[in-house]
This record gives sequence, C-alpha cells and structure tokens, in this order.
Amino acid sequence: MATTLVQQPLPTLPEGWAAEKDFKPIGSLTKASATQRTIEPVGPHFLAHARRARHKRTFSEDDRIQAQERAKNVEEENESDISEPEDPMMLQREAKDWKAQDHYKVLGISKYRYKATEEQIKRAHRKKVLKHHPDKKAAAGRTEDDNFFKCIQKATEVLLDPVKRRQFDSVDEEAEVEPPTKKQLANGNFYKLWSKCFKAEARFSKTHPVPAFGDEKSSKEDVENFYNFWYNFDSWRTFEYLDEDVPDDNENRDQKRHVERKNANARKKKKAEDNARLRKMLDDCSAGDERIKRFRQEANAAKNRKRLEKEAAEKKALEEAQAAKEAEAKAAKEAEEKAKLDRESSKKAKEAAKTAVKKNKRVLRGSVKDANYFVSGDASPATIDAVLGDVELVQAKVDPEEIAALAGKLSGLKVADEIKAVWEQEVQRLIAAGKVKDSEIKAFKA
Amino acid sequence: MSETRTSGPAPADRTAIGITFGNSNSSIASTVDDKAEVIANEDGDRQIPTILSYVDGEEYYGQQAKAFLVRNPQNTVAYFRDFLGKDFKSIDPTHNHASAHPQDVNGTVSFTIKDKEGEDAEPSTLSVEEVSTRFLRRLVTSATEYLGKKVTSAVITVPTNFSDKQKSALLAAANAADLEVLQLISEPVAAVLAYDARPEAEVQDKIVVVAELGGTRSDVAVVASRGGMYTVLATVHDYEFNGSALDKVLIDHFAKEFMKKHAGVDPRENARSLAKLKFECEATKKALSIGVNAAFSVESLAEGIDFASTINRLRYETIGRTVFEGFTRLIESVIKKAGLDVLDVDEVILSGGTSHTPRIANNLVNIFPATTTILAPSTNTTAVNPSELLARGAALQASLIQEYEAADIDQSTHAAVTTVPHITNAIGVISVSESGEETFVPVIAPETAVPARRTVVVAAPKAGGDVLIKIAEGNTHIKVTKPEPKANGSKAAKVEDADDSDADFSDDESEDEEEKREKVWKIGATLAEAAVRGVKKGGKVEISINVNADLAVTVTAREVGAKGGVRGTLSA
Repeated sequence: MATTLVQQPLPTLPEGWAAEKDFKPIGSLTKASATQRTIEPVGPHFLAHARRARHKRTFSEDDRIQAQERAKNVEEENESDISEPEDPMMLQREAKDWKAQDHYKVLGISKYRYKATEEQIKRAHRKKVLKHHPDKKAAAGRTEDDNFFKCIQKATEVLLDPVKRRQFDSVDEEAEVEPPTKKQLANGNFYKLWSKCFKAEARFSKTHPVPAFGDEKSSKEDVENFYNFWYNFDSWRTFEYLDEDVPDDNENRDQKRHVERKNANARKKKKAEDNARLRKMLDDCSAGDERIKRFRQEANAAKNRKRLEKEAAEKKALEEAQAAKEAEAKAAKEAEEKAKLDRESSKKAKEAAKTAVKKNKRVLRGSVKDANYFVSGDASPATIDAVLGDVELVQAKVDPEEIAALAGKLSGLKVADEIKAVWEQEVQRLIAAGKVKDSEIKAFKA
Repeated sequence: MSETRTSGPAPADRTAIGITFGNSNSSIASTVDDKAEVIANEDGDRQIPTILSYVDGEEYYGQQAKAFLVRNPQNTVAYFRDFLGKDFKSIDPTHNHASAHPQDVNGTVSFTIKDKEGEDAEPSTLSVEEVSTRFLRRLVTSATEYLGKKVTSAVITVPTNFSDKQKSALLAAANAADLEVLQLISEPVAAVLAYDARPEAEVQDKIVVVAELGGTRSDVAVVASRGGMYTVLATVHDYEFNGSALDKVLIDHFAKEFMKKHAGVDPRENARSLAKLKFECEATKKALSIGVNAAFSVESLAEGIDFASTINRLRYETIGRTVFEGFTRLIESVIKKAGLDVLDVDEVILSGGTSHTPRIANNLVNIFPATTTILAPSTNTTAVNPSELLARGAALQASLIQEYEAADIDQSTHAAVTTVPHITNAIGVISVSESGEETFVPVIAPETAVPARRTVVVAAPKAGGDVLIKIAEGNTHIKVTKPEPKANGSKAAKVEDADDSDADFSDDESEDEEEKREKVWKIGATLAEAAVRGVKKGGKVEISINVNADLAVTVTAREVGAKGGVRGTLSA
C-alpha cells in the first residue's frame, strides 16, 4: 500500500518534553476498542493475510520470506535446463545419418522426450548451439567441424515441427515401456506395473484425458471405462519415419512409384502390427486383472443370491400352505368328535332326568296313596280323583327340580297329616307364585 | 475415481473459472493473463438466463429456454437458484408463476416436468438440486467449449444471506455436475474485487457500498476495504425493488395502452399474452437504458391483434418513480444500518443487470456527496459492465487460488483465520494547521482488520528542529452548518409545481445546498508521544503504525533519509 504524504506539518516539540528513548507510552488499545468481524476470504491481500496468520509471521518476516521465494523461483527456472552429459560417441555422429539419431538425446532433453514442451526444446536448442557453434570450434582451431551442429539443427527442425515430431515420437523406442513380464508381475504390484505401461502408451491417444488404470479399489464403472477406451483406442501413431527414401522425380518414375507403394504397404503393415500388439497387451492385462474377476464373481453372486432367495421364498410359501391345511383338517376332526361326545352325553342326561322325573312323580303319587288320600277308611272315588287331580296339576305346573325337591320332602313321610301339610305348603307356594289358581285346587286347600 | 472426485483434481491439472449462478441470469468468466473476461456461450450471450426448458426430450438453457416461457411454460424451470437448500415452506414462488411451479416433495422443493421424448412420456420430478446440477453442467460445457480445455473447478458467487444449508446444497449440486468448487465467495466482495483488480486501481482504505440490483432481488452491502482486505459491515436484502418490478411497470403501461385501443381485451389476463408482454417489456427496458427512446412491438399480443408502440425514457422514469425511489431508500437504509453517513462512503458500486438503468445511478449522485464515486455505466465511463462484475470477481479469485491444494484453501478460509478484531476508532497522528489548531491525520482507518500496518509521511515544521509525534485515536462526526432560514419562500414554490416530476427529483439537491454537512475528525484518547530530534529544514517524518493481532501497537518514527529514529510498543 502506497504511503500517503501529509503536507500539514507536525507540531514542534514543547519545551521540557523528555522521555526515555524519546518515547512516552500513554494509552493502549483495549479489547473494547475492537470488534470481532469476519473478513471476506477473497483477494490477493487476503491470501497474504492468511499466509501470515497460518504461519504466524509478522509483516516484515512475511515480506522477507516471500522475497526469498520469488528469488529462488527465478534460479530454479534457469536450473531447469538440465545439462545431460554428452555421450562422446554421439558427438561423432554424421549429420546425414539424422534418421537414426535420437533427437531428444542430441538436445540433452532425453528425460522429457514426448513430454518436452516447445519452450524446453527451444531453450535446449539455444544452449546446445551456444556450445557447439562451428564458429566457436573454428576459434579453437578445428575448422569445418560442423557435423554435430548440423545434428542439433536437424533435431530442432524435427522436434519443433508438430507433424515431424509426431512421426519421430511414433517410433521413439526410448519412450517405449515394455509390458510387464509374468516374472515381474509375480513379484511386483500388478496395477503399478501396468499403469506405467499404459501411461506411456497413452501418448499416442487422439483424445485426452486418457482414463487412468486405477488400482484394486477402482469402481466397476471406472474399470469398464478404462477397457472400453483402450479397446477402442484412437491412435495417431504413424510409421512414416521408417520409410525408405523415395528417389527423386528425375530418376526412374516407375522406381519411385514402386518405392512409394512399398512404403505405404510397410506403413499399413506396421500400423496393423502395432494395433495387434496393443490388443494383445490389453488381452494379457485384462486376463490377469483381478478386478474384472471380482466384478464377475460379484455379479454372479448377486444373480445367484436372487435366485436362491426366490426359491427359498417359494418353498417356504408351499410349506406354510401345507401346514395351514393340516391344521385346518385337525381342527375340523376335533370339532366333530367333540360334537358327537356332547350329543351322547346330553342324551344320557336327558334320559336320566326323565327317569328321575318319573320316579319323583311316582313318589308324589305314592305319597298321597300312602296317606290314603287324606281320609280315614276307604276313600271314595271322587276324593281319590280330586286328590290325584291336584297332584297332577301341581306336577304339571312345577319343573323337574322342584318335583325332585318336593319328592325329597315327601319321601320320608308316612303320616297323612304331615304329607298333607307338605302338599298344602307347596300349593300355597304355587298360588303365591301365581302358577296355580286357587279355584283349580280341590283337595289341598288349607 | 470416486476418491479423486471428493478431493478434486491436483492444482496443476485444474482449469478454473468464475461462475455467477444468479436467480435470473448467470455468467461464466475466465482469466487470460490475469485479466478476467466473461465468456459468451454458444448463443453469444454473456448474460445467460438461469432457465432450463425441455421440449421433446431436448434440453434448452439460457436465452433459448427463456423464449420457451411463452410457448412451453410448464416444462420450463426458471428462478430456481434461491430455492436451493430451502424447505418448501420457506420459499417464495411468486416469480415461478409463469413457468414450472415448485412443488413440495417430502419438504424439498421440486419441479415436475416432461424431460423425456414422446407424447405420453412420464413427467419426471426433479429436485431443485438436480435442476441446478443440470444447469451448472451446461454452463461448464459452454466454458469448456470456449476454452478448449476441460473445466474442472470454479469459484461461485453467492448472496451474503445464503445459509450454510443453501451453500452445502449448492456445493452438492456442483459436485454432481463434476465441478470442484474451490470457494464460494459473497457477491458484493466479488464486485469489489473486480474493480480492485483493474491495473489502474490503487489499494486504498475506503468504504464501498455495493448495490446489486438483480432481476428478482436487490442486495446492498457496505464493505470496508482496508488495504485490500474486505469486511462486510452491513447488508440489506430486498425482494420488492428489483428488475421485475420495473418490468411490471412497463407491462402495466403497455397493457393499458393496448386496452385503450382495444377495449375489453386485457393482455395480462391471458398467460401467453402476459408472457409475450413480459418478454418484450424486458427488451424495451434494456433499450431504454441505452437510448432515450425505445420501440415496443409484439405480434399477436392478444386475440391475434398485433401491437406496436414507443416509449421515451422520461415517461418510463415517471411511471417507474416509486420503484426508482425504492432503490435509493434501500441504499440509504443500509448505510444507516452500518452506522455510517453518506459522507463516509467513498465508492458506490452498482452491479447486476438493473444497474444499467440511468435513473438509479442519477438518483444516487443526488444523495451522495460529490467526492463519492458512483460506479455505474451512466455516471462513470470507466465503469465495468455491471452485469459482468460478479463473474469477473469470481474468475479473478479462481485464478488466485487455483494453484493451492483444496486443503490449503479450506484452512485459509477457516473462521480462525478470517475472524479477527477490527479496530473501532481510527489511529492517527496530530498535526497542526496554520492557525495553530491541532488536527487529526488518520493513519489506520476505523474498521481495519488487525494485524495491520500503515505508514504515513508527514512534513516537519518549516524551520525543522525537534518535532513531537502524538499518536491518538480519533473518530468522525458529521458537522452540520445551517445557513439563515430563508428557505420558506422557495419551499412554498416547490409545493406548487410538485406534480412536475422533474422538480421532485431535484428535491434532494436543493436541500443539500441549504445545509452544509461535513465529516470532521475528532481527536480521541492519546496513545503515545514520541520525539524526533534535529529534523532538517523542510524535512519529512515517516511514521509507521503497526497493530498486532493482540492489539499491541508498535510505532516507528524517523526522519525520511536519516538514520535511527524512535520506536516504541504499547502492549495491549
């Protein structure tokens, strides 16, 4: 932040003002003179604030560290041009044999290869030119020694032309990563080894990004995506770089056409071979891929589980139906038996009751007979009729229990008066209960 | 893959953009060489209406979808941003009247639309999150096509009153669209950032009022910008005064005009006529922001009758007066809420589509003092297009933080880092005017977040010698000087021509002339005194004040160009 300039002057020091080291603290800021607020985490100055706050730096410390970091960045940029050691054999190369040379190695960027940016190639070229310029060699007494310089120029020409660079990258064997062997796979990490191989192969892809190989935790979708991508791989790899030299026009035209045809066929063949190679690589990889096996097993397990569940459910339903049916039959049978038993027992009881009633009635009738129809001497038929009529009447009006009770009362009695008293009492009770009318009773009137 | 989705791409693989996901319009912006640029989508729009429409299983968005509001309103979803993360009970569905209606599905807001091909296709019920995901996906696709690189990450702006639930709903919607959200930043701050990032801008301590006047809502915030750090002091949110209120004014105007010619036919009563009317009125409103006259014409507006008319800006400003005044009141109220005065405001940033309207900016010129910069297209030629401000701010923030790991960003935006004390009173030095009066020179402005460091260079007395440096707290108050009360006559005259709308607008102005209001610094408690001895003739003294996070103050004073100096600390 720019410092502001204030034109209005400061006051002069009053007479007699003195303090230790010329500084006199008077007040201070307190908690009360500040409000807690939230600053918006936005903007370059906030980033600086956050950096200071997180690393607990003061303003001046932060300024210093930032300055140091910036300075270091510049250095690193200069350093980043790797100076690979130059192979003395490479320096002996003939320029006309440029097709066989490793352009990246000539420029000293062999560790980047197809990943090298245009910027890096340009810088590497400049560096090499400064070192190997023929004029410099001439100054050292070696005139006409421009062979390696030509190599450098050729390498730059190839690498800075995107079309030519692709042609060279297509056949750059140094960039190739061989698929892992069985022995390697047995010892190493399957995923690491293969993903290295596919990463290298991905440089030929026309579409980016190329899906990653992933690891054992990758989802089914990702794995399928990966294999789909690679089985439909769209490669820009060409084999023009390996063409035989086509003779000039002014030589034999037929010869030229023949070579051209041969080249075209060779390219086609190599391309087909390359496709076959990639396909084989993929087959090998997918054959050993534990994830695919696992997904298949999981899918099967899921399918089986569903089937088994369905079967179990069906079986269970069937069993339940059977059990229900059996239970029903059993219940019906039991009910039937019970009903039969009930019928029999009630029949017996009824018969018993009937016999009891008969017996009791006999007792009643017997009682009046025992009492000689409540007269002394021979009873007239009219009297007998009247008494028996009353007995019949009473018997008809009362229910079997009362008959039994009455019979109980009468059974032990022999004296005519007592028997009569019982009868009269009974008749009285019936009259009181309104079952028998007074007028109907002839003999047992009190 | 699922793992990488949560942690986001590595900083080196990121392509980050800024997104303004608005309720009415959205924008996307990217940075090229540290300059933010708003990206035009396939249709060439920089303001992309936040609308999705489905016709025969085809998905349309933006301007194309907006056109379907007339013909296919029930399968068109509009104005859904504000529903994110809210329950059905708390939403305001007014604006959705002419499009798919929000529905309550287990408390979440949803829309039922036919988004599949075929006459009798089952309509699907989409939650508002799903709709947002689909819309964001379209925005990202547009940006990806424009940039030629897969857009992986974004900074999205949100209103200041977006709750945590709404934020997490937005994050979920963005993640579902395969978009890593680097940060959600609040809208007013994005606008301030867009202005501060201009190369000609200087970092200053200033109070900024950011008025975002949008289509369905207006949000105004007072932001203290202190050394490039922003603190929101107060906000107001309003759902009455907005772009659609202005549309309503024009709709009513033209509907009445139509009814004058064709008695008994009210185009507002038919849904399709109303949609056509609204669509054209919006265009007319935009035209009136640029020119003083605008044509209005709709084919087959109602009952097959074509309608054409014109309107001039004066008429528009007359019929929309209540709305325009509403905006002004809104801005005044937020300043009051922040406990400030219009004199404290250094800058007013108008943002959002409605800010193009010249009347709004002109009204603000009248209420603010001449020293306040009103940044709107009609008052300031260097103003940034207000519709693009937020997206630019978001893009700038995205370019700043895209190189950081997601964890780093999280840590830096943690409350422990962002919540800091702000000093309430200014800290400054005392200087003397020519008449010998002590005046306060603010060095650290009030509402500055600590730790803070400011330096000021003050002239020494002309004769040089020993000078006293007195560090004090200070605050402002508004001094009102009233002239002679002679205004009686003129006021009566004003009442007479009150029906003339022009005179109404100039009311504030004439009152301003009557009483003079000034901001004056008052010296508060003295904090420290120091002496710098033997200053040269015509020399200057550099004073730097450093307030630590624990409110301890360090004062350093030295003569410019001299060695040594005084240094002292006041512990908190």
